[in-house]
Amino acid sequence: MSTLRRGQVAHLARLAHIDMSDEELDRMSGELDVIVDSIKSISEAAGDDVPPTSHPLPLTNVFREDVVGQTLSNEEALSGAPDSADGRFKVPAILDED
Amino acid sequence: MSELIKRTATELAGLLASGETTSVELTRACLDRIAAVDGSLNAFLHVNAEEALAVAAEVDELRAAGKGADLHPLAGVPIAVKDLIVTKGQPTTAGSRMLDGWVSPYDATVVTKLRAAKMPILGKTNLDEFAMGSSSEHSAYGPTRNPWDVERIPGGSGGGSAAAVAAFEAPLALGTDTGGSIRQPGAMTGTVGTKPTYGGVSRYGAIAMASSLDQIGPVTRTVEDSALLQEVIGGHDPADSTSLADPLEGLVDAARHGDVSGLRIGVVKELGGEGYQAGVRERFSESLDLLRDAGAEIVEVSCPNFDYALGAYYLIMPSEASSNLAKFDGVRFGNRVLPDGPTTIERVMGATREAGFGDEVKRRIILGTYALSAGYYDEYYGSAQKVRTLVQRDFEAAFKQVDVLISPTTPTTAFPLGEKLDDPLAMYLNDVATIPANLAGVPGLSLPGGLASEDNLPVGIQLLAPAKQDARLYRVGAVLESKLEEKWGGPLLAQAPDVQPVVDSVVDQGSASVVDQGSASDRAETRAETRMEARAMSHTEATEGSRS
Repeated sequence: MSTLRRGQVAHLARLAHIDMSDEELDRMSGELDVIVDSIKSISEAAGDDVPPTSHPLPLTNVFREDVVGQTLSNEEALSGAPDSADGRFKVPAILDED
Repeated sequence: MSELIKRTATELAGLLASGETTSVELTRACLDRIAAVDGSLNAFLHVNAEEALAVAAEVDELRAAGKGADLHPLAGVPIAVKDLIVTKGQPTTAGSRMLDGWVSPYDATVVTKLRAAKMPILGKTNLDEFAMGSSSEHSAYGPTRNPWDVERIPGGSGGGSAAAVAAFEAPLALGTDTGGSIRQPGAMTGTVGTKPTYGGVSRYGAIAMASSLDQIGPVTRTVEDSALLQEVIGGHDPADSTSLADPLEGLVDAARHGDVSGLRIGVVKELGGEGYQAGVRERFSESLDLLRDAGAEIVEVSCPNFDYALGAYYLIMPSEASSNLAKFDGVRFGNRVLPDGPTTIERVMGATREAGFGDEVKRRIILGTYALSAGYYDEYYGSAQKVRTLVQRDFEAAFKQVDVLISPTTPTTAFPLGEKLDDPLAMYLNDVATIPANLAGVPGLSLPGGLASEDNLPVGIQLLAPAKQDARLYRVGAVLESKLEEKWGGPLLAQAPDVQPVVDSVVDQGSASVVDQGSASDRAETRAETRMEARAMSHTEATEGSRS
């Protein structure tokens, strides 16, 4: 089982879309290393014959009748948005300008 | 201080029905109490005075007009709501800077139910950011403090709800429990906290941390109050696809007819002994004696895979959290931070999440992203899911031998603020006894078991029952509570000292909290005025838990 290196944490932070300073990366990789080290024993706990459980109580898919119910109005849906225009969420450029 | 605020919710319901008090008088008394002590405790992030009083007045009018019989028994009894649960007309911050100032356009299902029962909502309570923590110190708005000792943590993540109920700011509160966030603060503050069976209470409108573990539940001062509140908020909800089809019934009845004669109660070998503070073990064995005297048979059971539960939890929970928190990207809600340089959406997301999330949230997102990433998925997340199966099997085997399980709720009593802030692993160990229930979806209840002799701080006793057998927790809990109160000569909270002013604030408190009562400046004044006085009576307690 590998441990978390600083470069790996930087990669994970990029995947998770969280900017991190050098100092933060140093601290975070140290802390995460300790945590990962302490929980790695669980990979030895269960054999191949144990099925995984994703949910505490067994449930099958739940469907409802396809009828129109109450929904948020356009105004309500946009009420907490940092920016909006013409009844839509307004976002910065998707692509780099250059 | 009005004596009214010390009454249980059950008693208050009786006083309101008989006309001995009014909801307005009661709600005012709670608001006055909040104004008096919350400067020290910081249990509330928002106080909802105006709306609460309007609901109270409406209930009083209905009762005066002879329509009391149509009202819910808890109509007019005020309640506080953990700020992870969304409410129309009040801000919901989740204890995060990310949602500072955000107001939900819809109500959580449990809030809709509180409104239907006409229970005045006093406000929103403080928590670890996005419910991630065991001390309430990870709130972006300053820590909540323990009413028993303001230099100590009230537990977490629901420290605000537990402190509010323990300090008589509210007779009732709502919490959420993903790994112990209702039960552990209950233990730390001498209050009752219940995590219902997974799916027993709708999660719709609780900002999700780990969807397969999260559960909303009651925070109260008595077992019966907890049963009453669970019946208000429980039941099927089409808006939550994991909601149980049938309601969990007979809870209040079970609490009122507590009985353990002939019942088999299992002491979980793995949740106790070494690593548990001496005073915690002492109070725990005293509770076992009382239950034995009341006619229960106490046996030891072993759940060997519980030793892996903490590890599995710290893989499953961050994995689900990293996915659930991806929605906080500065587009649809919450705050947006613009970086220097070109503002592409990717750079805006990175800057927004850097500024909006605190350390613990970032840690868990990175950990979860790691556990779910290619090459590690089977080793970590897959293994954790298998451990989840093993933990469930341990519960199944145990419940073939016994009717309920019992353990201390936490290994130690409340620790000093700051003690474990720089040691995430030590912080995580607080939840070692509460996590198995979340992994298996079974219900758990923590009730006060007395004070640890070495530090005079509350100890929690945890009861666990099979899925959907929540009534058993209330049946057994009521017996233990009454035997203990007989011994103490009253409720444990009667032994709590007056809430002390805070001596030196280590953290900037509530810079962004919204109080519509004008009490924020009063609080600051109170704090300054009492600072010198407080220094004189500052706690010198040196005793601490035997472990961390």
